[in-house]
Amino acid sequence: MPDAPGLELIRGEIEAAHPGAVLDTGFAQDRAVLSIDPAHVLAVLTWLREAPGQEYTFLSSLHAADYLPAAPRFAVHYELLNRDRVERLRVKALLDDPASPAGGTVGGPAPEDASATAGGGGSPAVTGPAGQALPSIDSCVGLFPTANFQEREVFDFFGIVFEGHPELTRILLPEDYAGWPQRRDFPVGGEPVTFTYNERNYG
Amino acid sequence: MAERAPQAEVGMSSELLDEAPGADRASEVMTVNIGPHHPATHGVLRLVVDLEGELVREVRPVIGYVHTGIEKSCEDKSYWKVIPFVERMDYVSYFFQMEAFCGAVERLVELEIPERAKHLRVIFLELNRIHSHLVWLGTTALDLGAISMLWYCFRERDRILDLFEMATGQRMHTRYFQVGGVIEDIPRGFEAKLRSFIADMPVRVGQYEALLDRNEVFLQRTKNTGIVSRERLLELGVTGPLLRAAGEPWDLRKAFDYLAYPKFDFKVPVGTVGDNYDRYRVRVAEMVESVRIIEQALDGLPEGPYIADDRKYVLPPRSELSTSMESLIHHFKLVTEGYRVPPSEIYYAIESPRGELGCFVLADGSAKPARVHFRDPSFVNLQAFRDMSVDSYVADMICSLGMLDPILGGVDR
Repeated sequence: MPDAPGLELIRGEIEAAHPGAVLDTGFAQDRAVLSIDPAHVLAVLTWLREAPGQEYTFLSSLHAADYLPAAPRFAVHYELLNRDRVERLRVKALLDDPASPAGGTVGGPAPEDASATAGGGGSPAVTGPAGQALPSIDSCVGLFPTANFQEREVFDFFGIVFEGHPELTRILLPEDYAGWPQRRDFPVGGEPVTFTYNERNYG
Repeated sequence: MAERAPQAEVGMSSELLDEAPGADRASEVMTVNIGPHHPATHGVLRLVVDLEGELVREVRPVIGYVHTGIEKSCEDKSYWKVIPFVERMDYVSYFFQMEAFCGAVERLVELEIPERAKHLRVIFLELNRIHSHLVWLGTTALDLGAISMLWYCFRERDRILDLFEMATGQRMHTRYFQVGGVIEDIPRGFEAKLRSFIADMPVRVGQYEALLDRNEVFLQRTKNTGIVSRERLLELGVTGPLLRAAGEPWDLRKAFDYLAYPKFDFKVPVGTVGDNYDRYRVRVAEMVESVRIIEQALDGLPEGPYIADDRKYVLPPRSELSTSMESLIHHFKLVTEGYRVPPSEIYYAIESPRGELGCFVLADGSAKPARVHFRDPSFVNLQAFRDMSVDSYVADMICSLGMLDPILGGVDR
């Protein structure tokens, strides 16, 4: 793990190349965390993968979390690993929920263009099946092919759209499923169990 | 290996070809569905395969048939009630799921577990690794026609399950690991039974090798099939025996310091070619190394408590409940409400029999986790299946799938 000063050095170098990319750094449970603006996710991941002295070439895990009452509601976590130095680094891309009225807080205190920060580079707002606006971020499958299934899983459960993913479809849930079950406002239980065969034939 | 004849030149009789009006049957691409209910898919995996004759041109794994929403269910359970849920994800390596989750929570609440618990956990984890590899070896050899292997492997697996039952009361899904340590000390007689097992196991592994290593059918079907380069495997995030078979000595037990692993002397077996035969060799060698680890953990098993003594997180001993009011209150609070974990998040990864098993826990300050996510190695490794199978024969694809060793309960969660 890079130590706390090492993390600040990384932050400084990224800031020099991509101003505004790093929003925050954190250090908890011996793990360095870099919170970034989703618009710069590919630039930051590419830099961490390729810059000499960094070389976080292995993406251990990609997952998302929903911090519901918090303002940037979602975060996509990239657990990077340098296998030579045995160092892990977590990159957190904070994403607003475009469907909520309080969106548009990512990317500094005064975002000049809300669609550019929440839409991953000014692309038109992506909508779900019910016309619901979905958060979106650039896909890193080109950088880390291992992200393919994991980004599909995040899309499946959180409704986070990965722009440029080769095949962004539901992976574990049925294709016609409606809703994003790992979001915190999705209730546990209460899912109707449909016994369509029984209803049709014996109902 | 001898160059194989392209499929177009073998097989089809000329009469059949004549009957087909203007079609070259061998070069026609046919899409075939395998599974989800097919014994060779080791669970409910569905494969949509494009075949040109007997050659696989494209394969798309379709998953999700046993998705049960375990990660979502965990959001509604207090921390100690999550343990039996996560055990049921990868149902062959349940101790590893428990360790990933308990270890993550212990790091969140900064609870140090006693040395004896660390050793006991290593013993059970390594027994589970042997168990998992035995299930893999038995079923995969069965796919390749070596039916007797299934009985031999399950014979030894049964002895491991007997040991689990003796120590925990359950043969599978034992709920043995707790946040803070393990729930009970090992019973009297367990050590003798375990020692007799670890004395036998290397001999048994030798017997498996004698059955398979010079079996012409087995060798022809595994050697030089399903090769994927080390660089490609790393790109695809593949870990565990699959990566080590390609020559990359990467093992989280060596790389990271967790439990008592740094104390033990064991080797990390690696392959050279990265074909299915190497995958078999690496896993078989790992079983012997696991036996060595168990032996050292048992020899060095320290006396002392088997669970931490922090009453805010760990249940008090049963005997105290009738004499100590404070213990009774702690017990009541822990069982009804559970303990609260301060707002924080962690990703904790361990080496499961299939590779890096990571557990991400997000705590929001309440007694229930806000998110539990498992980075399941089967799920990630399955992405390499296309690279292993494309442009090989259907029979080799089945062999590669067995050697990939996916557990669909873990893939679908």
